[in-house]
Amino acid sequence: MKTTLPSMDRRGFFRISALAGGGFMLGAWNAVAAEEAATFSPSAFIRITPEGLVTILSKNPEVGQGIKTSLPMIIAEELEVPWEKVTVEQAPVNEKDFGRQVAGGSMSTPTNYDKHRKLGAVARTMLVQAAANEWSVSPGECEAIAGEVVHKTSGKRLSYGALASAAAKLPVPDEKTVTLKKVEDFKLLGKRIGGVDNPKIVTGQPLFGIDQKHPGMKYAAYVRCPVFTGKVKEANLDEIRKLPGIADAFVLEGSEDHYGLLPGIAIIANDTWSAFKAKNALKVTWDADERESFAAHSSKAAEVLKGKAANEIRKSGNPELPDDGKTVEGTYHYPHLSHANLEPQNCTAVFKDGALEMWAPTQNPGSGIDGIAKALKLSKDKITVHMTRIGGGFGRRLMGDFMVECAAIAQKLEGTPVKVTWTRDQDLAHDYYRPGGWHRFRGRLDDSGKIDTWADHFVTFGLNNEDRPGNGADLGGDEFPSRFVPNLLLEKTVFASNTPLGYWRAPGSCALAWAIQGFVDEMAHVAKKDPLAFRLELLGDDREVPPSGGRGQPYNATRMKGVLKLVAEKSGWGEKLEAGRGRGIAFHFSHLGYVAVVADVSVSKAGKLKVNKLSAAADVGPIMNLSGAENQVQGSMIDGLSAAWFQEILVEKGAVQQSNFHEYPLITIKDAPPVEVHFAKSDYPPTGLGEPALPPVAPAICNAIFAATGKRIRTLPLAKQDLSWS
Amino acid sequence: MKTFTLNVNGQPRKAEVEEDTPLLWILRDHLDLVGTKFGCGMSLCGACTVHVDGEAVRSCVMPVSAVGDKKVVTIEGLANDGKLTAVQKAWCDLDVAQCGYCQAGQIMSATALLREKPKPTDEDIDLAMSGNLCRCATYCRIRQAIHTAAATQ
Repeated sequence: MKTTLPSMDRRGFFRISALAGGGFMLGAWNAVAAEEAATFSPSAFIRITPEGLVTILSKNPEVGQGIKTSLPMIIAEELEVPWEKVTVEQAPVNEKDFGRQVAGGSMSTPTNYDKHRKLGAVARTMLVQAAANEWSVSPGECEAIAGEVVHKTSGKRLSYGALASAAAKLPVPDEKTVTLKKVEDFKLLGKRIGGVDNPKIVTGQPLFGIDQKHPGMKYAAYVRCPVFTGKVKEANLDEIRKLPGIADAFVLEGSEDHYGLLPGIAIIANDTWSAFKAKNALKVTWDADERESFAAHSSKAAEVLKGKAANEIRKSGNPELPDDGKTVEGTYHYPHLSHANLEPQNCTAVFKDGALEMWAPTQNPGSGIDGIAKALKLSKDKITVHMTRIGGGFGRRLMGDFMVECAAIAQKLEGTPVKVTWTRDQDLAHDYYRPGGWHRFRGRLDDSGKIDTWADHFVTFGLNNEDRPGNGADLGGDEFPSRFVPNLLLEKTVFASNTPLGYWRAPGSCALAWAIQGFVDEMAHVAKKDPLAFRLELLGDDREVPPSGGRGQPYNATRMKGVLKLVAEKSGWGEKLEAGRGRGIAFHFSHLGYVAVVADVSVSKAGKLKVNKLSAAADVGPIMNLSGAENQVQGSMIDGLSAAWFQEILVEKGAVQQSNFHEYPLITIKDAPPVEVHFAKSDYPPTGLGEPALPPVAPAICNAIFAATGKRIRTLPLAKQDLSWS
Repeated sequence: MKTFTLNVNGQPRKAEVEEDTPLLWILRDHLDLVGTKFGCGMSLCGACTVHVDGEAVRSCVMPVSAVGDKKVVTIEGLANDGKLTAVQKAWCDLDVAQCGYCQAGQIMSATALLREKPKPTDEDIDLAMSGNLCRCATYCRIRQAIHTAAATQ
């Protein structure tokens, strides 16, 4: 679990020198070597020096998902080089060389796996060719093993370092022509490998955006209106400029574009504390629209849900919901959530001679660059962004707002580097929130106790828009149990809202799975069936169900049933438990991953909840890094529990009401249960793990609470519900 | 502005700052010790945990004027001549970190706990570590790493 620097391979170095130099005397070799020795770099991702130093670049932002370790592992596997010999470097932002550079949607693994294998295989093929040339044999007689090429019959061997200069001269073969390793021959993928930055993390080395420092750097606070998109009318800037440690204070006009440069006041200081203190001394008159109110939306939702929906999403079969006492009903509500990254938003930049250089903890450098180019009217080739390690993303840092405001401030400070750091209250007040919503479900069973009709009136939010749901606020026509029930009616009503909405870990799914799997559980209860058996029956025969209308994802019932059975078996599903203790089960397909979860909870008669254990089974294809994969599943599951249990963002008078962790709590170690993770053996293409294990947790917990207490939870967060029972 | 001389990681370090400046910002902005992290500014998250005279302290709410000549140890000062402590080593061996942002604070709290209770129970861990938030929720491994460090130190 460490990154080591290989020592210089002197034998290899001289080997190349001797070849190049022919009959030169010993003394001349070094001069020739300096001329001939070349680093082997068949792509931007790989560098092998004649000294044997192997460097692999990781293209995507590292946000805690472990990609800086797992993507290079794929290349190292095919390159056939021992992991201990590899140094990993964060790639620069350069989509020409590295393709799309984003950390989002759990897509890094599925979209890069094949490509990264080929990158490694191309380099290996060239090293083998270089060795074959050296020995005047066919490449077929040679094999790459652990950083060397071996001639199978003679046993001759050359290290990659020794071959680097010769390989550098070879033409790079088409990636389609190279032979990939057999999966069963993998030595590295699927093993437990520690994160490449671990030694730096545990010793406190500067890695993160907030750790950036440059000579002469100023420290800035940027104060936006607490009310979304409010503008500055006037402020006591003259007083602020006179405060100790303050260099300047100025207004940035900005616009009402939630994704552009938002209006505010920049305070430029000699250190962060001076900037924060001056921020507290700021007196601003804002021009703001304070009408936005979550309580008002809630009242309106209660009315709307009694009537007809504004739009139909999908209707199939013949959904009839007569009021004959046999239609099961339940209305579910979940709140807005904040991402609450532990590293508050921050960004560092310097603007000089018409060009911007920036160090940003961004999940999505491209969107930040687009935003900067637009706001500053700057050509994109004048913008250089360095990706730092990120202290938590969860979707927040897909948005470039914090980069745009830092760029605008840096532009005003021409030539002086500046770091903008947000306080916690700003971070909670200016997020792109996981959209809250309501679902009025109605369902009917057939005579055999299977779901015959499923209806959902979804009430959601649009950004000042009653037609289009905001980011992460939609319900797709294929959302389960669509395609699995004979009669279906999905409808929606969109409330216009000025609260910016965004992608929060497993967007859509993080909320939908809770409501849907809760109501599935209600139907199972009405059908008097075991919740697992009911779900297996609902999924039906082993098959892959195609997406409707040709778009979207197929849904593989076989794989989902597989993880349901696996988690049930591993968690002891069906065991008799004492009063006040219960188990709940739920499943969800998202981000190409199939995950089922069993929660085991106890609830005291007074209503105190304890989560005894969470168990998950996941089918995400073969695992890249077992340590990272298990960590992602455990973390995302406890994250799902944390949100469902404690978290709620409320907006009143146009502004967020929660200011710090005492009002927006994160789960602590004492409430975090043990989490057991089981990966299904799977030959499907590998998919990502940052998100898919989160959605089934909240419904499994609430279904377990029902099993323990008989209380059905239809509103989150749990901390605000009465769980007492008798 | 006043000049303060602090004892940080065994070295005398000078900083010219306002008296109410929290230790956190002296470390980060004036002494180039950025391993100690800012998370909440209200002693609610534990990311800024350092040792002051051996005790785990939230540096975001400790003004420099209260530090005096007490000995401050930060995450950068734990390893001795590049040799990781048992806690740091357990954190690497068990691959605890995800984003890693809170882990300096977690390690400082865990180190203080193990000094107090060399063989902590799960309840001891709950009590000592509940002030350290991990947004990635690496709590399973944090617990495991503390037990591992206890067994190896």
